[in-house]
Amino acid sequence: MTPMWYIVLAAVLFSIGAVGVLVRRNAIVLFMCVELMLNAANLALVTFSRINGTLDGQIMAFFAMVVAAAEVVIGLAIIMLIFRTRRSASVDDANLLKY
Amino acid sequence: MTVITLADIMFGAVGLVAVGAALAVVSTSHLVRAGLWLVVTLGAIAVEFLLLRAEFVAWVQVLIYVGAIVVLLLFAVMLTKAPIGRSTDLDRPIWPALLVGAGSGLGLATLFAWVYASDGISAPPVGSAEKLGQNIFRDWVLPFEVLSVLLLAALVGAIVLSKKDAKS
Repeated sequence: MTPMWYIVLAAVLFSIGAVGVLVRRNAIVLFMCVELMLNAANLALVTFSRINGTLDGQIMAFFAMVVAAAEVVIGLAIIMLIFRTRRSASVDDANLLKY
Repeated sequence: MTVITLADIMFGAVGLVAVGAALAVVSTSHLVRAGLWLVVTLGAIAVEFLLLRAEFVAWVQVLIYVGAIVVLLLFAVMLTKAPIGRSTDLDRPIWPALLVGAGSGLGLATLFAWVYASDGISAPPVGSAEKLGQNIFRDWVLPFEVLSVLLLAALVGAIVLSKKDAKS
């Protein structure tokens, strides 16, 4: 079997995550969908590493995971801050930058 | 005539689990259940990593994503939503999003299928921790060090953001 199907699976997971980001309102569920997209990208990277016969793609996936961990820490801190001032975790309520 | 191996069957089954759980993350109306479905998806993707012979990445996936990130997300859910239960105000109008998602998904899938259809698997290297460590500390030392600085910056940033008396 060609590794093509792994990449197709990654594309499907990525678009499910993208739909989630567009559809959901709660900031934390939004974060879960972003994690889904990052994971799909990691799956594609590991598949490319398998296609090329080198380990570089796996190392990039590893780095992406560490960056994702840092991103979640900062993002959740910001969400908690917004929740403390506006008493809501909905992204529609964080609209002070509009207009 | 292609031979269907056990790995192919595993890929199909686990891929179906991953896609189904991902759809549940996007569509459930319970915040906590969304987090638990995310655990299922991430675990299924870890199994796919194992099938691709990326052992180290698979275990890092279990440790960092399932072990740390999901726990952090669930903590945030509990801190921001005191009565846990079904929420009715979670979704926006779905049709534009579905259009965008289906377009990007179909576009990406057909593009990848078209580009990689003829590529076989070349001499699969096993991504064990030993080999990955050798590669990281021989060819990827600088990005690795930059990553440690990034982690430190994230740590300091999170502390500063969550300080109670942070004067703006």
